[in-house]
Amino acid sequence: MKRDGRWLGLYVLAYLVFLYLPVLLIPLFSFNDSIQAAFPLQGFTLQWYATLHGNPALSGALVNSLVIGAIAASGATLCGITVSYMDLYGRSPLAATISAIARLPILIPGVIVGISLLILVNLVGLGPSRVAIVLGHILVALPTTVVVMRSRFAAIPKTVREAALDLGASDWTTFRRVMLPLSLPAVLSAFMLAFLISFDEFIVVFFLAGTEPTLPLYIWSQLRFPRSLPTVMALGTAILAVSFIIAGTAEILRHRGLGATRRNPT
Amino acid sequence: MSAIIAARTPEARSSSGFRAAMLLPGALVTFLLILFALGLVLFLAFRGNDGSLLGVGLTGENFLTVATDPLYWTVTLRSLIIAGLVTVATVVTAYPVADYLAFHAGRQRGLLLFLVTLPFWTSYLLRVFAWKIVLAYNGVLNSALIESGIWSEPTLAFLNTPAAVVVTLAHAYAPFAILPIYVALDTIPKSLLEAASDLGAKPFTAFRRVVLPNSMPGVLAAALVVFVPTVGDYVTPAMVGGPASTMIGSLIQSQFGKANDWPFGAALSVCVMLVILLVVLVARGADRRFGSRT
Repeated sequence: MKRDGRWLGLYVLAYLVFLYLPVLLIPLFSFNDSIQAAFPLQGFTLQWYATLHGNPALSGALVNSLVIGAIAASGATLCGITVSYMDLYGRSPLAATISAIARLPILIPGVIVGISLLILVNLVGLGPSRVAIVLGHILVALPTTVVVMRSRFAAIPKTVREAALDLGASDWTTFRRVMLPLSLPAVLSAFMLAFLISFDEFIVVFFLAGTEPTLPLYIWSQLRFPRSLPTVMALGTAILAVSFIIAGTAEILRHRGLGATRRNPT
Repeated sequence: MSAIIAARTPEARSSSGFRAAMLLPGALVTFLLILFALGLVLFLAFRGNDGSLLGVGLTGENFLTVATDPLYWTVTLRSLIIAGLVTVATVVTAYPVADYLAFHAGRQRGLLLFLVTLPFWTSYLLRVFAWKIVLAYNGVLNSALIESGIWSEPTLAFLNTPAAVVVTLAHAYAPFAILPIYVALDTIPKSLLEAASDLGAKPFTAFRRVVLPNSMPGVLAAALVVFVPTVGDYVTPAMVGGPASTMIGSLIQSQFGKANDWPFGAALSVCVMLVILLVVLVARGADRRFGSRT
């Protein structure tokens, strides 16, 4: 078993290299003094990062992505909290059905989510717009927020909620004063992950964007021009850095404070 | 004491206002944005295209075209083969990683779990873009091979091939596969493994007869979460696949774009959903056969 483990350890190392190497090429060549992303490296430069500055189309897309991400993440987190709470404690077939459907988008390819919402927003007269993108991203992030919140609520001992109810707290008070504060790290984690999903999402937003693109759509539009390749890599590096930081923080939050409740899992 | 608790069960005092408020956001999103929107796709699939939003008439013509035009059979078959290859490749390569995480990682488990899931949260578009610069004619792989003296001429053979699509998709969806398998392996009782070795099973026999069957629910879940997004993908074929790699997702996308035949695009979407439904049912059946513990 021990020897077995060492070979497997080497395999895991190789796997991680495969996982990260292509992605890390983007930051590597973003500092390379050449239009081409090719070896040998031509020397260090920051000029591609300088081109990011003072680009109105880019900053417009950035603001769009941030605003849409924040609103969509709020919506998806709200839905994740309520759907999973009612699924666990609502004891109604309706709550269970909603929870099951909320996780359905995992089984729908993004292209179909995109076109179904495109038809819907056109039907109600919205058309492709920022509101349409927000709706799409709430949907795409929903399975994640539901899963994160559900596992957190389930980790809180049943007795905590029962004690609150027995001591006369109403359902609303129990939820707001007991269950929600105990799940706060998971709420933040769900919000951050939902924000990241929205911020990086491309497949659905492609169908729903009107005249104001998000950051991934801006990148897509720049890929047609070989000359803007290094600029895209500089931008990509910044996005990767932000994604790593947010995902790392969300991961730490998700596990924080679980130690106290883990002793008595339900 | 128990009588008091029984008399004051939470359900007895749950206020209907609270319930309604808590059910509302989820109900709106699931019924309107998911079920109603998918219903619209199904409805549109049976309409004729007259350029209006919801089409005209009631017709099966869209499905007749899909069924009779060999182009759609070719593209569907290609999508299934590419998604199937990607699924098998990601699951087979992810399994040993999940196995290491569950049985060998020890104190590094938390860190490793974080490292394998981190790429999951990075931009899909950037991961695909990374492969474009790796595989391009004057790209990373060609230049590295020439620099190191292995090849003297750059080759066009990497980019714009179905193989490029398979490699790129397998890389983009690799993090999806590890977690479900790891969870399945981690929940196998350790006593089961001890019993197998106590009863004289060699490590490989124990793996084949105990570990693998018990982890099958995780393997099937992993296969599903990789298969679904890859079979409908249109970005990777467009970026690294070239014309010989057009997938069903690309066709759907163009019906809602350049080709501008929404009812036909809706019919193609319905066909994709039917294929996925079939795959889910097969996975469910396989899951049951392996005596699912989930």
